[in-house]
Amino acid sequence: MNAIILYIKSYLDSDLTPGAAGNWFWATVYILLVFVGLSVAVIAMNWLERKILAHMQVRLGPMRVGPHGLLQPIADALKLLLKEDIIPAEADAVVFWIAPFIVVLAAFTVFVVVPFGPTHAITDMNIGILFMLGVSSLSVLGIVTAGWASNSHYPLIGALRSSAQMVSYEVAMGLAVVSAIMMTSLSAEGGTLSMIGIVQSQLAQQEWFIFKFFPLGLIAFAIFAIAMVAETNRAPFDLPEAESELTAGFHTEYSGFRWSLFFLAEYSAMIAVSSIAVTLWLGGWLRPFPNLLHGDTWDQIFSFFPGLTFLFLAVITFYNVVRMPQHPLFKIQTRGLAGFGALLGLIGLVLFVPVVRERVGDIFWFVAKVAAFMYLYIWYRGTFPRYRFDQLMKVGWKVLLPTGLALLILTAVFGMRAELLAQVKEVFQR
Amino acid sequence: MNPSLTANPPVATPYFFYGLAAIMIIGGILVITRKNAVHSALALITTLLAQAALYLMLYAPFVAGVQIILYAGGIMVLFLFVIMLISIERTMKERQFNKQWLVGIAAAGTLGGLFIAVYTTTTNGRVLFPQGAVSYVEAGNTQGVANLLFHRFQGTYMFAFEIASLLLLVAIIGAVVMAKKRI
Repeated sequence: MNAIILYIKSYLDSDLTPGAAGNWFWATVYILLVFVGLSVAVIAMNWLERKILAHMQVRLGPMRVGPHGLLQPIADALKLLLKEDIIPAEADAVVFWIAPFIVVLAAFTVFVVVPFGPTHAITDMNIGILFMLGVSSLSVLGIVTAGWASNSHYPLIGALRSSAQMVSYEVAMGLAVVSAIMMTSLSAEGGTLSMIGIVQSQLAQQEWFIFKFFPLGLIAFAIFAIAMVAETNRAPFDLPEAESELTAGFHTEYSGFRWSLFFLAEYSAMIAVSSIAVTLWLGGWLRPFPNLLHGDTWDQIFSFFPGLTFLFLAVITFYNVVRMPQHPLFKIQTRGLAGFGALLGLIGLVLFVPVVRERVGDIFWFVAKVAAFMYLYIWYRGTFPRYRFDQLMKVGWKVLLPTGLALLILTAVFGMRAELLAQVKEVFQR
Repeated sequence: MNPSLTANPPVATPYFFYGLAAIMIIGGILVITRKNAVHSALALITTLLAQAALYLMLYAPFVAGVQIILYAGGIMVLFLFVIMLISIERTMKERQFNKQWLVGIAAAGTLGGLFIAVYTTTTNGRVLFPQGAVSYVEAGNTQGVANLLFHRFQGTYMFAFEIASLLLLVAIIGAVVMAKKRI
């Protein structure tokens, strides 16, 4: 018994990820935490997307289930679980059965290497970014097999579109990623593919890669930001599931639990690619302006941000509690909303405790940056009309790919400019 | 990258190897015995993924990552893309195996003989292939591959690497010529 406690405690003194420390217990704890956090994030995204889209279109969105529709995602999940699980008669049953699991596995496995902080990752791999790109590209297999196995026209067209789209945007995405990886090789420790290493290299160079070699970093980030929307099949690149053309695209024939797996995978893939973008260009877990506003005082001030954010959310919630209708029918709803506000306030207060404050800072900044991306996803969906398929291919192959190639060469030239100049000088001196 | 490696040596390595090898062999057999081309492709993906895991066991994570991205992610998607456009009903009726069993047995026998030759030691204690010592260097793997290919002095495989990509170009040109009669 003592040995077990010692084993558990031994990790707390190390400054490694549980994977690197080889600690089974903490690795399991981290995996469970990431899994639960991800599921909660997907549920929250479901509600937020419906609400934000509704407000963008001057509607109210879900208002019936719980105050301001807060319990709507839970009601949706229950409905999906209770629905009949239909497998079409002419479908290829085995492939139809496997497809959603391929998508979900690919979307969740990626989070093994996502760095929420210098030690807050399940593990750190030598090939971190390659692993993320590779495993997330496996999800297209699930989509393609789902569309084919349904043995129906709309899903098949959706699957064909999806595979063409994903393969073409992966190229541009890869070029943008390589340009960021080349930037990591400029720090003293040398280049790295590890997700934690990439953020640490940004820390060592005192610059987020989005601002590096301005505007090269920015362009690379823009290419990635466009390609990642296409990779996750979201509007305006949601051709594989275009409602107005293909009913629901590749998952037309799916229902109930299996459909919800596709839903889950789509949102966790969105979070995954957003975290790649945050890690590569936006400094991962680093707080804003670590080079300008450094020192203990600024560290102290920035460490209050997590608590303040939750208190701000609590204040907004209480403002809405006051605004609830004074009718007796709304009594329970008002109380529920007040309870929710109190919960947010309590979390905010806990985040002010010094012990907690010091440890969650990096997680907070990482999640905040990813959350900004998630809002952007919803914003795109509310703003842009869907691309036509030829326009989509044009953007991918004729705009993003040449730009990416030129960017790669320019980044290499800028990174090696001292050596190149020295060589040119040598030639002239001869 | 992994300081615990010396403290905690990898566990149950042979079992992982046998498991992965079994998955690969079963997958390989399924690839050639399934009549439905999509099922074959899925079995091939399983084989390729198990192969990537084998690379990981050999402390070659970079090669494993490239294997997943290129083969399982890229090439197999194109495979499926093409297969889905083929009429499955017609391929189901087609004859799957040819009658070349004499040549097949000869080839299999030769390969089996080669395997036996590899594992037998001659009377004076020599083996056909020298047994190399396995060195565990996970950290330098990505850099190691790059050095082998591109290093100014150690990079001895650059030419072979470029020639291999030229082969692919030949294949692409051949495919275009075969598919399009008039260009």
